Amino acid sequence: MVGLALAFAAGCLAGSVTALLHTKLNIQPLLSGILVMLGLYSINLRVMDGRANIPLLNKATVFSLLQGTPLEESAALLIPTIILLSMLVLLFLFLKTQFGFVLRATGDNDQMVRALGVNTDRVILIGLALSNALVALSGSLIAQYQSFADISMGIGMVIIGLASVIIGEVIFGTTPLLRRLVAVILGAVLYRLVIALALELGMAPTDLKLISALIVTLALSMPSIKAYLIAWKKKHSSPYSRKGGQA
Amino acid sequence: MLIIESLSKTFNPGSINEKLALDNITLSLQPGEFLSIIGGNGAGKSTLLNCISGVYPMDQGRIILDSMDISYRPEYQRSRYIGRVFQDPMLGTAFDMTIEENLAIAYARGKSRGLKPGIRKAEAKLFQEHLARLELGLEDRMKQKVGLLSGGQRQALTLLMATIVEPRLLLLDEHTAALDPAIAQRVLQLTREIVSRYHLTTIMVTHNMKAALEYGNRTIMMHEGRIILNLQGAEREEMTVEKLVQLFGLKSGAELDNDRLLLI
Ligand SMILES: Nc1ncnc2c1ncn2[C@@H]1O[C@H](COP(=O)(O)OP(=O)(O)O)[C@@H](O)[C@H]1O
Ligand SMILES: [Mg+2]
Repeated sequence: MVGLALAFAAGCLAGSVTALLHTKLNIQPLLSGILVMLGLYSINLRVMDGRANIPLLNKATVFSLLQGTPLEESAALLIPTIILLSMLVLLFLFLKTQFGFVLRATGDNDQMVRALGVNTDRVILIGLALSNALVALSGSLIAQYQSFADISMGIGMVIIGLASVIIGEVIFGTTPLLRRLVAVILGAVLYRLVIALALELGMAPTDLKLISALIVTLALSMPSIKAYLIAWKKKHSSPYSRKGGQA
Repeated sequence: MLIIESLSKTFNPGSINEKLALDNITLSLQPGEFLSIIGGNGAGKSTLLNCISGVYPMDQGRIILDSMDISYRPEYQRSRYIGRVFQDPMLGTAFDMTIEENLAIAYARGKSRGLKPGIRKAEAKLFQEHLARLELGLEDRMKQKVGLLSGGQRQALTLLMATIVEPRLLLLDEHTAALDPAIAQRVLQLTREIVSRYHLTTIMVTHNMKAALEYGNRTIMMHEGRIILNLQGAEREEMTVEKLVQLFGLKSGAELDNDRLLLI
């Protein structure tokens, strides 16, 4: 429990650093994130006493909270679900507040938000701190669940997260807000199901990153593919092409 | 009341692209004065508005709004007192949020934004009344995303957002230039209604000479970063677009780029 809280706080800190690199030193957002991740690799190694892998067996975790109760068997499902649902509700309520509005609008159009009297640098700071805190919380949950922490646990996670968001939004829609939040969660579950299915069908676990990359490429190129399809349909339904002329 | 003293701005100083965009501009607006600005492409009109609103730092000069020296305040602080509508209809709103959410953000201008609910019931009702006055049917679409609106509807909404908390100064930068003539006319009408309802001190840059003379109570013409003509009172009353074009040639020694300025 304390571990989760500490992870949350550490994530806040990391996110704030990213935000400051971006807003005060004018480094591009994506690059700021990459820089912080790079630096964190060393910091994480230090936190882990220089070891790449630390077993957490027999340590108290959130999952051991239920030990000795009738719910012990289902702790692995129950506890993350409770945490997920409470985060969903909190996030929904937060995004419906005055500050939540400003946070969402800054993502859309920061110029407008500044024109309405808001310090967007501060909004970006709080937004990145919060989002990174959630990421750190997830990481610490995973470590507690699998009973070890590994230095390479987070590699490729940005892409997986992106894939989950896109899959969820494409399949389940984005309006209204609550639907969008649920869509992102379902997207993440769906992504894992697809991966599980691929493994079931005999795919080598080492090929997983390639699959992830393909899924994200597909998802990101959705709009372009749609545009091509529409253009293709137009071409083939025009009278000229039917007569065999070159339209 | 707005006072601008000896405002200068050079872009890319010391490079080959050095450009003196504002050359020692001095200008003041009485409370409730509605100034229109015309001038050719690159005359410095947008730069003037951007220096007033704090988008660009200025090189020299002072800007005083209602006896506050705002010369060195950051953009977001000035925005508590200054309402703005941009030329590009995409810039004034958050496209992925609903009409009422956009209005709620505008309605909290100048207040701190905490964890209070984004929209209260009473506010939603107020927004609906304001929207109804635009006569664009937006009052029935409050929960729709702004991304679904046309350019003209967005500009009308942005105008409402810029004024729903009464600003001390309203800056309009060719806010109808990107619109079809009919809806541009409607947005101009709305501008006049709103400005006169609250007696807003207003600066409107326009590419339309006729509108510049028709709207507001004073007109200036800019050329190469300077004010070359100041029209008000009887002289402005009697001014026609033809005479204005002639005056431009006389004062600037240049041909007017007709393709951009609308003469009719
Ligand atoms: N951000 C900028 N960087 C460099 N030059 C600029 C910038 N903004 C405007 N300028 C230059 O300053 C001059 C005035 O531009 P602007 O104020 O946009 O003119 P107007 O709005 O009257 O058409 C132009 O020559 C333009 O190229
Ligand atoms: Mg301009």
